[in-house]
Amino acid sequence: MSYVKLTRDQLAARVARDIPEGAYVNLGIGLPTLVANHFSPDQEVFLQSENGLLGMGAAPAKGWEDFDLINAGKQPVTLLPGGSYFHSADSFAMMRAGHLDIAVLGAFQVAANGDLANWHTGDANDIPAVGGAMDLAVGAKQTWVMMELFTKDGVCKLVDRCSYPITGVGCVSRVYTDHGVFSLGAQGFQPLELVAGFDAASIFSKRHA
Amino acid sequence: MISKISASIELALEGIKDSSTILIGGFGGAGMPNELINGLIEQGARDLTIVANNAGNAEFGLAALLKAGRVRKVICSFPRQADSYVFDALYRAGKVELELVPQGNLAERVRAAGAGIGGFFTRVGYGTELAKGREVREIGGQMYVFESPIHGDYALVKAERGDRWGNLTYRMAARNFGPVMAMAAKTTVASVHEVVELGELDPEVIVTPGIFVQHVVKIERTVTAASGIKS
Repeated sequence: MSYVKLTRDQLAARVARDIPEGAYVNLGIGLPTLVANHFSPDQEVFLQSENGLLGMGAAPAKGWEDFDLINAGKQPVTLLPGGSYFHSADSFAMMRAGHLDIAVLGAFQVAANGDLANWHTGDANDIPAVGGAMDLAVGAKQTWVMMELFTKDGVCKLVDRCSYPITGVGCVSRVYTDHGVFSLGAQGFQPLELVAGFDAASIFSKRHA
Repeated sequence: MISKISASIELALEGIKDSSTILIGGFGGAGMPNELINGLIEQGARDLTIVANNAGNAEFGLAALLKAGRVRKVICSFPRQADSYVFDALYRAGKVELELVPQGNLAERVRAAGAGIGGFFTRVGYGTELAKGREVREIGGQMYVFESPIHGDYALVKAERGDRWGNLTYRMAARNFGPVMAMAAKTTVASVHEVVELGELDPEVIVTPGIFVQHVVKIERTVTAASGIKS
């Protein structure tokens, strides 16, 4: 049976819908950054950026970029009225101590035991870089993953055990993908919703392929 | 009369010895003290250990210091950038040592040094490659790893305004590692865009009190794509 998977923007809108008003949220680099474009006008959410911003706003208009005001991806951003600046140790205290409600992160792999792999492919030729990934993975009250379900080669990124080096142990509670949303608990992955016509059983057969 | 204002970058950096550990503020281009790093290149100290969030872009600032062959070891969280080719080549050739540290652990290890803390236990990194060989402890039913403080001989930070007592304010997200690094080094050198009279900085908004700062150097506000106001 054929199905239509979600576009990147549809996926971002789906994640945004589940973020409650008043939540303190860090959106990871890449796909999760798109979530910021999909909050409804009356949905007030506090966006944190680990380089020292709370109340982060949209990208500035062309010509108004200020390179002292950037996000974790080093792109120029703005600060909303009511926003604040702080140093890196305070920023990571917000994460580590669970003041931050939700971290939305990209992933290479998520395992059935909640392990996350998103910092390193393990390829010896890669320059390793971790940034705030490990801090975000274990610090926030909830860690959500947002990713495409399959790699470009068609391999499912939901796995029994991560084969890539892990970022955090048992830290993921929910996975948002272009094929559906999954919760993670004692029973492993549980589909919460799937795009019409997509059979979850096919994931698990591909997982073991 | 006490004045921590240095007449030149050269004077502010003259005490840096070979084999020193240098803490360098900045996240990407924001808060990166490129003028002080250029001064360090001219100063000539070698065999340095550099503690910073990144490992340089293109061939300026930290990348230029690396290219000049002055760095033995980099302790950082995110060396890989689209234009970190100087670091990448040195690392692949085995010419620079890398200690990769999660960004929050890096900030807290530096803060611990500045606060006289002998180390701390954190959940971050537990069970990962980056915590291999570390002491672990179960606290309140969760697993933690021990992280040690990172002390600097010198800290180079980019601030916005400073006075002759060494009080500093920062600008926007250029603050990042500056305040904790200023606390963690024996000698802190801050570049500022404005030197103001005592009392001009509102005591309510001073971010780094002067006790943490030894030298303040005024630099011009340059128009670059990587640092500060673009135009």
